[in-house]
Amino acid sequence: MEIHLNGKKIESKAGTIMDLVLEQGLDHSSLIAEVNFKLISQESWKDVPVRPGDIIELLSFVGGG
Amino acid sequence: MPDMEKDGLILGNIEFDSRLFTGTGKFASHELIGPMLKASGSRLMTVALRRVDKGAPKENILNYIPPSVTLLPNTSGARTAEEAVRIARIAREAGCGEFIKIEVITDMKYLLPDNHETVRATEILAKEGFVVLPYMMPDITAARQLYDAGAAAVMPLGSPIGSNRGLEMKPMIKRIIEMSKLPVVVDAGIGRPSEAAEAMEMGAAAVLVNTAIATANDPVRAGLAFSLAVKAGRMAFLYGLTDRKKNAEASSPLTGFLRG
Repeated sequence: MEIHLNGKKIESKAGTIMDLVLEQGLDHSSLIAEVNFKLISQESWKDVPVRPGDIIELLSFVGGG
Repeated sequence: MPDMEKDGLILGNIEFDSRLFTGTGKFASHELIGPMLKASGSRLMTVALRRVDKGAPKENILNYIPPSVTLLPNTSGARTAEEAVRIARIAREAGCGEFIKIEVITDMKYLLPDNHETVRATEILAKEGFVVLPYMMPDITAARQLYDAGAAAVMPLGSPIGSNRGLEMKPMIKRIIEMSKLPVVVDAGIGRPSEAAEAMEMGAAAVLVNTAIATANDPVRAGLAFSLAVKAGRMAFLYGLTDRKKNAEASSPLTGFLRG
């Protein structure tokens, strides 16, 4: 299905947010997930489904001034 | 060393015993952050929030900052008040605490902040209980507006971010310190310990230094040097700097010379 991930349209087979993180090859430990402008805690990732058209942001804290 | 009275800086509900704030950007290695913090005694550090980049190293900057240090997430990347507010809310919900540095920039050459959007973001976020530290272009009217908007401090720039040009904005910073009802934190462009000392001598409540420490050949030593400068400058401000005079005034007696 098509979703928006970090500002780009991509194809994904992920069923849940956790699936998406793994599908993208990302390290979950430092990630923040926002789905349709709502923050989803890491504990809930395996329970929150990914739906077509979802706007998803995968973020992390980085060095900055 | 004489017994010094406690001279902490209170922001939000935290008392900082160091008036040197630091940033996590541009370190050659994040492993240097811990030792730098230990050497400098800095107790507040900025971080940024970004979309993950698959190519980037998988490390969480927060792992390098000890719990005794207050996190100051910034809203870098925001071009409008709305974008800044969104970043702030995400940072807080993600467990970064109540402090937020508002950074709203559309000038890509000098990275000068947009005071108007900064005031708007401050108003919204202060109402939501954030401890707002707005990065601003030195301007008395904007400083007043930030106070009215509920900021916890004002953070006028010394000179453009990363430029190491020191206190280019010195005259206006002085005026802000004179009129401000909020602590004034000079943030951006401080390149040398002497410039940090100068800001503190002027009456700044604190300074925020990132580039000059992070990109130094020896960031640990640089952190120590800046902390000593901040202490010296603050002490000078407290004891009261002596006046500059037009003419010379001899330091040794003008009588009893061994001559004639």
